[in-house]
Amino acid sequence: MYKYDSYDQAMVDARVEEFRDQARRRLEGSLSEDEFKPLRLMNGLYLQLHAYMLRVAIPYGTLNSEQMSVLGDIADKYDRGYGHFTTRQNLQYNWIKLEDTADILADLAKVEMHAIQTSGNCIRNISSDHFAGASHDELVDPRPYAELMRQWSSFHPEFTYLPRKFKICVIASEKDRAAMRLHDIGVQIVKNETGEIGARFYAGGGMGRTPMIAPMIREFVPLDQLITYAEACLRVYNRYGRRDNKYKARIKILVHELGRDEYVRQVEEEFAHMLEQGVEPPLEEIARIKPFFADPAFEDGPKQVDRSDPDFALWVDRNTNRHKHDSYVSAVISLKPVGGIPGDATGDQMRLMAKLAKQYSFDELRIMHTQNVVLPHVKIGDLHALWTELEAAGLGSPNLDTIEDMIACPGLDYCALANARSIPLAQRISERFDASGKTEKLGELKLKISGCINACGHHHAGHIGILGVDKKGLENYQLSLGGSEAEDTSLAKITGPGFTEDGVIEAVDKVTDVYLDQREGEERFLDTYRRIGMAPFKEALYG
Amino acid sequence: MDNALGKSPDEVQFRFRNDEMVDHAAVTVDSCCDQTNATAVRIEPGDDARVLLPFLDRLALIEVNFPAFGDGRGYSSARILREAGFTGELRAVGDVGIDQLSHMRRCGFDAFAPDKPLNEEDAKRAFATWENVYQATIDGRQTIPQIRHGG
Repeated sequence: MYKYDSYDQAMVDARVEEFRDQARRRLEGSLSEDEFKPLRLMNGLYLQLHAYMLRVAIPYGTLNSEQMSVLGDIADKYDRGYGHFTTRQNLQYNWIKLEDTADILADLAKVEMHAIQTSGNCIRNISSDHFAGASHDELVDPRPYAELMRQWSSFHPEFTYLPRKFKICVIASEKDRAAMRLHDIGVQIVKNETGEIGARFYAGGGMGRTPMIAPMIREFVPLDQLITYAEACLRVYNRYGRRDNKYKARIKILVHELGRDEYVRQVEEEFAHMLEQGVEPPLEEIARIKPFFADPAFEDGPKQVDRSDPDFALWVDRNTNRHKHDSYVSAVISLKPVGGIPGDATGDQMRLMAKLAKQYSFDELRIMHTQNVVLPHVKIGDLHALWTELEAAGLGSPNLDTIEDMIACPGLDYCALANARSIPLAQRISERFDASGKTEKLGELKLKISGCINACGHHHAGHIGILGVDKKGLENYQLSLGGSEAEDTSLAKITGPGFTEDGVIEAVDKVTDVYLDQREGEERFLDTYRRIGMAPFKEALYG
Repeated sequence: MDNALGKSPDEVQFRFRNDEMVDHAAVTVDSCCDQTNATAVRIEPGDDARVLLPFLDRLALIEVNFPAFGDGRGYSSARILREAGFTGELRAVGDVGIDQLSHMRRCGFDAFAPDKPLNEEDAKRAFATWENVYQATIDGRQTIPQIRHGG
């Protein structure tokens, strides 16, 4: 994986000192809270319901054992012994003190980590496919391009006070494991008809209160123009994105209001101009970055596991992904134990995952946008030993992509924006479906829960989505069906009137019954919904 | 000399150029286009900086107003003007704080007239925040990728 050189390190170190100085000026009173807020946000520091929350960037979801281990140590030293992995492949600490923050950033900088631009109206951490560099189905490893964009987007002088936050995702396979088209800019690395590698751009996707799927805005951008084109997209947005209403300020609204074609026309005009400006890094830079992501030294070994232990066999079936080398798989460590808080891990668990990565996965881990952790390169022959250790630590849940593997935002338990709690609902649903044994029957079923319309829990993209709202002072939950964040991207539709907490759990049960009753062949819940439509589900819920 | 345009209201706190300052107030973008004697113009966040491109030769000062520091349109305006070859004074005025100085400088601003005078020491440190930079802008600094590959 990527290693900082002295320049990268100096940038991060400079940021720590800059933040230390800002915090000093805030504590001395020369910066007001209004002035300090956007500055601390650009360092990932939020003020939540009960305390400061610090969001640490995990660029394109890739980290090494030492970094994971330090994340665990920080959880123990500065927080309450745990952290929360997020839907943008980051980690959040929930109980942080302002006066500790610069020290935490300094601890992070020692292992080439930071919290730069994990919040604020700037270009956020670049996300990517969690199986990048490992999966059998990718064209190339997307991470060198993501790293190039990470550097370009860090402390960008023109794009630090955008109309609103800006999220970029880079993938390089037809299968979309990163919700690429639900980003402000989605980049897919592709090959054109002459066999040349380049970037396909999508723009104007997003969730939040106005979910939109990004349209394609350019079929092919040559690699030596990648940054220039991105810069043109951003400049048009910075100049013309709405600033009169923060709820209409994301690029999706600009693209929607201008229309895709007019946005494209403006970007192309700016792009033609920018090409004359020499803003593109030398192409050798990509060549410099690429070897950091070279394959580790894979060795041939067993290609099958011993399936005599059914619990182990189930975990292998559920939680591993086919690797490009036939003696390896990518193994998913589920952070969704039955009754647990989705995405939470303790300091001890983080250090254990770090140790296992060192032992079994060439020192590398990934964070998934579905709030789980991946060991990307595990020998098939090592799987049983790995699983045994995970099981012993409560990290062996065999539930990837099942209803128990739900995404849930922190909700009203932590978040200052939330209208309703997400975590207890997630806990109760996983307990119920596990107890009834229905999880296994349902197969792939993506449940996503948000505690408010900002949609951090991706409810618009859930096969089943739940949105918590405030209804006359009471928590109320709306149910929606038919969303997908994958390459068949779709937005879920609301079923009808909302439910109480108990009611929505019943409702989830009912819609899954409709599916079990009506499914044909190998259909997933989503396929059945797409075939039969909303009516039978509505009938079961409200009929 | 008395000037029909009046005196500049700006208190320029930092200036990175040696030529004489324009001593009259800037006009709006609209009047600049109609009026041929104005040598100073003020851009508001909603103005299209490209409207000024035909007049750059006669302009000695372009002020870019930041009514609120969180509105970053002025950064694009500045870069666009410099990219078009503007060599006069580019002055950031309004809600300009310590933490905006380094980025503004990179976008081509060479004078700063903050509403609220800034602490000189803090500002000095802020201008020097980044020993090296990742992005190429019109400030002519060699970028980190360029340095890595021998300039």
